Amino acid sequence: MRRSNRFNALLALFASFASFATSPSTAMTVVHTEKSLYRNIVVYEESGERCMSFTRRNQTTRQTCQFLSDPNQFVFTYTRMMMGALYLNPHPRKVLVIGLGGGVLPMALARMFPDARIDIVEIDPAVVKVAQQFFGFNPSPQIQVFEEDGRVFVKRAGKSGRQYDLIMLDAFDHEYIPEHLLTQEFLFEVKALLTPDGVLAANTFSSSRLYHHESTTYQAVFGSFYNLRIALKNRIILIKMDGLPPLDAVKANAVALEEKLKPLGFGGDWLLPLFSTERDWDAKARVLTDQYSPSNLLNTLF
Amino acid sequence: MHRLFVFLIAGWSGFLVMAIELLSGRILAPNFGNSIYVWGGVITVFMLALSVGYLLGGRWSLRDPSLRRLASLLIAGAVAVIPVIFLADPLLDWLFDRIRDPRYGSLASAALLFFAPTAIAGMVSPYAVRLLVNESRHSGHFAGLLYFVSTFGSAAGTILTSFYLVLYFEIDQILAGLIGVSLLLGLLALVFGNFGNASKQ
Repeated sequence: MRRSNRFNALLALFASFASFATSPSTAMTVVHTEKSLYRNIVVYEESGERCMSFTRRNQTTRQTCQFLSDPNQFVFTYTRMMMGALYLNPHPRKVLVIGLGGGVLPMALARMFPDARIDIVEIDPAVVKVAQQFFGFNPSPQIQVFEEDGRVFVKRAGKSGRQYDLIMLDAFDHEYIPEHLLTQEFLFEVKALLTPDGVLAANTFSSSRLYHHESTTYQAVFGSFYNLRIALKNRIILIKMDGLPPLDAVKANAVALEEKLKPLGFGGDWLLPLFSTERDWDAKARVLTDQYSPSNLLNTLF
Repeated sequence: MHRLFVFLIAGWSGFLVMAIELLSGRILAPNFGNSIYVWGGVITVFMLALSVGYLLGGRWSLRDPSLRRLASLLIAGAVAVIPVIFLADPLLDWLFDRIRDPRYGSLASAALLFFAPTAIAGMVSPYAVRLLVNESRHSGHFAGLLYFVSTFGSAAGTILTSFYLVLYFEIDQILAGLIGVSLLLGLLALVFGNFGNASKQ
């Protein structure tokens, strides 16, 4: 089983190189490859972007990309959508980011809020290394990285009474879900870390059967939330502990943040229309728990 | 018929061990995560438990081997799984507070929860070989057959649990089902073992 996974990963790598090689307009160069405990990491440059990708199963998924000419600008729509959390809490002081990738999100937050403290949890030490070497990620007294499982960190932090006013959950990609990070019990543990006016932003799934299960699970723990969704592409869930602010208040924050967000390459005119509280999922979908969490099957089968 | 039960018990105990091993990763994940060393801890404990079980099962087969005793092994193994349903949560929380390193946390948790049932299930195979072999000439043949049946059972337990059971049932429901089937098979073999002995006399 392990051997076939590795074989698939190699095949995928080869196939992706081959497809790049046959399209003359995009020259792709591999900058760095690294085998970690969990995956194969490839850093490559193409069409003026540098990307970190994981090869897993039979696909290559891009985790992080940066414009070579302007590394501060966000390439991915999902990272822009995650910043919607700032419309609910425009002045975060204590931030937790679960899942590092190239470190684009925490670095942007650190630039925008020099007095904020940012904790990051990343399970894979190789990802931390690659982020530092190739994506300008830079741990400092302000930005601290914890190399461990997100669930373990959150549980420990809860027991020691740690609190955050902004938590960003970015541990999933379209290919693989750590199933213990998408259960009701985990979300309750996350909830316990939030300050009374704290905000949670979760990067999750926009398609497949999992969309419905994930929605009912978040709702069971947090009640209502802003659902930012680009169908078949990205979905961000935004939660505020002391209740969702009305859209007017969200808009006021958006206006105040316009200058700060400009270097990232977007503004309220793009982000605000995505804010929705409409329920577009099956309310009867089974809530995911530590006892029942076949997230990967739900994501691929249906 | 006697042999059929021996093979059924061996195959089912293979199924049971792998189903529980797969679920054990799930059971530990909320406290110790899903990292490679959590699986390392789990697999180490299962392998150690099986090795000790083989040793003990072989020893135990020296004295008055019988189908009833084999059936009682399966029943004992099933009973040893019951604490996993009722004690896992408090035990894991207790260990979480005491062991910071998830490697040793998962190792200790897996040892406390899964060593006993796995070791007992491991006793089944060598004991079953003893029941099947009459002449040393045939020992290799029967040992091979038995490995085949029990490892085939393990494969079935692995694929059914990971592909299908987790999609429809909660972990505790799957464990209860495994315990139920084990008890049923064990009791049937006990009854049949008694009946078989009586008719022989």
